[in-house]
Amino acid sequence: MTATQDPGVATPTAEIGRDRRRKEDQRLITGRTRWTDNLTLPGMLHLAMVRSPFPHARIASIDTSAAKQSTNVVAVYTGADLAESQGACINAWPVVTDQVTPDHLPMPADRVAFAGETVAVVVARSAAEARDAAELVEVEYDELPAALDLKEAAAADSDNGVLAHPDLGTNVSAVWTFDSAEAGTGSDVEEAIAQAREDGIVIEREYRQQRLIPAFMEPRSVVVDPTGEQITMWSATQIPHILRFALAATTGVPESKIRVIAPDVGGGFGGKLQQTPEEMIAFAVARMLGKPVKFTETRSESLMTAHHGRDQWQRLTLAATKDGTVTGLKVDLLADLGAYVAIVGGGVPVLGAFMFNAIYKFPAYRFTTRNILTNKTWTDAYRGAGRPEATYAVERLMDELAAELGVDPLEVREKNWIKHDEFPFTTVAGMEYDSGNYEAATARAKEMIGYDELRAEQRERRERGDRVQLGIGVSTFTEMCGLAPSRILGQLNYGAGGWEHAEVRMLATGKVEVVTGASAHGQGHETAFSQIVADRLGVPFEDVEVLHGDTQVSHKGLDTYGSRSLVVGGEALVRAVDKVIEKARPIAAHLLEASIDDLEFAQGSFTVRGTDQGLPITEIATAVFASHNLPDGVESSLDSEATYDPVNFNFPHGTHLCAVEVDTETGQIKMRKYACCDDIGNIINPLIVAGQVHGGLVQGIAQALWEEAVYDENGTLVTGSFVDYLLPTAADTISFDIDHTTSPSTTNTLGTKGVGEAGTIASTPAVVNAVVDAIRHLGVNDIQMPCTPERVWRAIHSRSDGGGETAGAAAPHFDPSTGMSGTVDRAEGGAQ
Amino acid sequence: MIPAAFEYVAPTTVEEALQALAEHGAAGDDVKILAGGQSLLPVLRMRLNAPEWVVDLSRIPSLRGVRDGGDHLVIGAMTTHDAVGHDPLVHEHALLLTKAVTHLADAQVRHRGTFGGALAHADPAGDVGAPALALDASFVIAGPGGSRTVPAGEFFVDIFETAIGEDEILTEVHIPKHTGWGAHYEKFVRVAHQWPIVAVAASVRLDGDTIAEARVGLTNMGSTPLRATAVEEALVGRPATEDAVREAAAHAADGANPPTDLNGGADYRRHLATVLTGRAVLAAAGRNGTRVPG
Ligand SMILES: Cc1cc2nc3c(=O)[nH]c(=O)nc-3n(C[C@H](O)[C@H](O)[C@H](O)COP(=O)(O)OP(=O)(O)OC[C@H]3O[C@@H](n4cnc5c(N)ncnc54)[C@H](O)[C@@H]3O)c2cc1C
Repeated sequence: MTATQDPGVATPTAEIGRDRRRKEDQRLITGRTRWTDNLTLPGMLHLAMVRSPFPHARIASIDTSAAKQSTNVVAVYTGADLAESQGACINAWPVVTDQVTPDHLPMPADRVAFAGETVAVVVARSAAEARDAAELVEVEYDELPAALDLKEAAAADSDNGVLAHPDLGTNVSAVWTFDSAEAGTGSDVEEAIAQAREDGIVIEREYRQQRLIPAFMEPRSVVVDPTGEQITMWSATQIPHILRFALAATTGVPESKIRVIAPDVGGGFGGKLQQTPEEMIAFAVARMLGKPVKFTETRSESLMTAHHGRDQWQRLTLAATKDGTVTGLKVDLLADLGAYVAIVGGGVPVLGAFMFNAIYKFPAYRFTTRNILTNKTWTDAYRGAGRPEATYAVERLMDELAAELGVDPLEVREKNWIKHDEFPFTTVAGMEYDSGNYEAATARAKEMIGYDELRAEQRERRERGDRVQLGIGVSTFTEMCGLAPSRILGQLNYGAGGWEHAEVRMLATGKVEVVTGASAHGQGHETAFSQIVADRLGVPFEDVEVLHGDTQVSHKGLDTYGSRSLVVGGEALVRAVDKVIEKARPIAAHLLEASIDDLEFAQGSFTVRGTDQGLPITEIATAVFASHNLPDGVESSLDSEATYDPVNFNFPHGTHLCAVEVDTETGQIKMRKYACCDDIGNIINPLIVAGQVHGGLVQGIAQALWEEAVYDENGTLVTGSFVDYLLPTAADTISFDIDHTTSPSTTNTLGTKGVGEAGTIASTPAVVNAVVDAIRHLGVNDIQMPCTPERVWRAIHSRSDGGGETAGAAAPHFDPSTGMSGTVDRAEGGAQ
Repeated sequence: MIPAAFEYVAPTTVEEALQALAEHGAAGDDVKILAGGQSLLPVLRMRLNAPEWVVDLSRIPSLRGVRDGGDHLVIGAMTTHDAVGHDPLVHEHALLLTKAVTHLADAQVRHRGTFGGALAHADPAGDVGAPALALDASFVIAGPGGSRTVPAGEFFVDIFETAIGEDEILTEVHIPKHTGWGAHYEKFVRVAHQWPIVAVAASVRLDGDTIAEARVGLTNMGSTPLRATAVEEALVGRPATEDAVREAAAHAADGANPPTDLNGGADYRRHLATVLTGRAVLAAAGRNGTRVPG
């Protein structure tokens, strides 16, 4: 059973729970800081990449002679020149033992597999000169047929259709299945479906998870300095530690001779969770020339070549009894990996596998993903990574079930969700949910948005036949946060662990340095971690300095992604702080001339119980620095470190409600209200949480309404600039109404759960459910994402108008018929 | 995003600018005029164009500002969108322009981008072409042989193509006064900073409840801004009621040839044009009963 606290009384301590403005913001916002591209080293050279315009081609010849003669050009290298020295881009998660994984050289010598792949690099004294010379590199290509469409690629083999990598003989990289009957976590889904066809309800749908571009604010940049004893790489990366490992593992340079620094990094959203070809090329060129080099991508290069996210087709079958109790869910995914299996790559859909059952007590579940190679930009983690896709599918299905039953969508959810007194709860996907209270979060969200009033207004508008119809969308989501217990990762064949490391250094002047293995790139670690240490150690917030993102300063770490920094890294920090206190205790007893058992530690000081004698820990740090008077056998250091490996994920949840107005004449969608009540356990800094929720919501709403990476039939990214790839701005959003219930996590000391991805995961289905809800009475049961006004308009009018002309080649994914996809199978004599 | 190298000159008079165009053009160099740079610079940075010379008009004071020309307004080509949007003369005599530039792009773009630059650029999705056309603007173009004036109907030639010659400069735009006319610019976008998918510029003069005169321009419904003359004619003498206006607006897409792209098919745009025209005219007539989401 989970206790849900009133958020008002939780966290009474001084720093934890306090709205602290972020320490790091002034330097980040003004840009007067160490972004990688701001770095300049003596004698530094600049790189420009020559990229393939074709999605699939043999490189017939490359003529670099004109480029080499261009002003201030130092060298031009092709894939053949770099050969072995460039290392390789690795896949860290072969999801099955027989995974088909194409070799991925950072710069191939003979064949390109997506438009934008690098075929040559120009090195010059300035970035402008490098760019100019890159235009002079003459590359002759023999074009090959390209595998572009996901469904066609999945169906192709050596004899029929087009292969992304002909030598592999297949486009199927992996087929990964979870079956609750086989795993012993539930019953057989085929039986449940067969049963429901007989005397229940079967809902079958096909949903599209469009391809998205992470579009972090700071384009990727890398500087490599080979002139010291270690080769130093600065990179705008989320994963300095993993990157160092990958560099060492694939180039043969000893790990101890490589230092990777992620200085201030301007966003990532998973998009900088990668070992990039550009980093490898810069590393190789710097070593070849013995000179520092820099490469900073343009925005166009970033949109085209930095990994994309999502891109799935989801075939779903939900079985239920006539009273709306779900009896089984079957999921068949096609996941587009793009041209190569990226570092997490094929693991992204697998991360979703444990979340399709969401907050519900489904008795039977089967999940299969087929991971498909195509000649497009590779895909990998993007905010939520697998879980938004899963949440979208199940939350859309629950709405379809409610519609079929003619009941409120919240009613059908309540019938199926885990009750708050049933925690901890082991799900049909084999996860143990630590805590939660879906009833409380839902009640609060309904109250916040004025649910009943909105439903009444919706009814009135429908009855009046208003041109503008109202829809209310529901999403009761959960997710797994805090990647991850190493043992579970091992079972899933992931190439690394999921622990995190922290270190606390007590300086002689009473200041405290905290070193974390997490690698912030906009989240606010410096502030939140300072608050934790300030509270636990009883030192001023301002006196805590948080260091991260440099493998020589933070020698151990597994970086930042998967909403893990606070729940895993924060816990490691708590443990390191506690060790400091324990190391200080005998020294305090010695200096206070008291028995160790009589000491209490609170608010930064040791006191002798029952006396007014006390000693601040900062003074003990000074005493340790001098070490003139320490007890015998005590080490002259308070510094401590801790590595923490979580025993479980944690499972934040929330109820998100969204009201939209749909103009039935134009298809235009206007958001009217958005209210959410998230349960993320205890909160360290409400201001940072609000920022994460707001940003996450906008990103998820953007998937529902605006964003899509579109390729044309030549394999060219049509949405190659922000003119066509529609990112929302503040002008496109409304003021969100956010609140929290608090069910502290039982798997970490602070009782916290992840919040970095929550808004993104929850909001997408809430919005699409709202759009469909607004026009369901007009015969519409789905709109493919992004729900463009045109798609909405066509969905409304295709019945009465008999369909319009299609949007043509420029919008290849659009198919008027998919606006009305899916079937409902009702057993004869079923309740209506 | 680094453009190819180019030579740069920033003259302070129109004559010097014309000279620079003539001189470098005669030498066989590709010369580009730079106004606010909001369209030209992205093109250069993406290396879609690499002129040898760039002639910057921003230091020529005579090209900036709005003045009263009697029965018309004179808008200098280098007047920024923001300045047009806040100009009291424009507001009084050409309200349609005020409405059109107020929601053009974002504040940064409006402070840099210019009225003349946008018209010279002639993007059919640009927001100032249709209002200028609807208001019967005329365009003063300076060239080696002096200045000539081109009526709006002849100014827009094709996508990104106008009557301005390679050795010429658009110096000012004359807008006949439409004092007392109601106006509305109905812009249909998915996100706020986007170029319009379709937009309708409407201005009407009411005589009591009757529409005495109407001007309707369409954005992004063909390779140039279009004038919806069929709608204008159908509106004259009709009451400014929803039914009458919608009936007239049904002709909005007559003869239009809109593009098909990611934001919509041609048939959808034709449909939008009729709906948005109805709304724009009603709003211009002060009949704001029909509120539009978005
Ligand atoms: C992010 C962004 C969003 C935008 N959104 C919109 C929008 O929603 N709606 C919209 O209408 N516009 C939009 N624009 C374009 C904006 O209106 C530009 O300002 C305008 O198109 C060009 O004006 P400019 O002064 O910047 O001209 P420049 O970019 O300097 O020049 C444009 C072209 O016109 C030529 N030229 C300029 N002045 C003259 C002259 N006096 N005589 C002859 N030739 C000349 C130049 O040689 C060049 O070819 C947007 C721009 C950006 C960057």
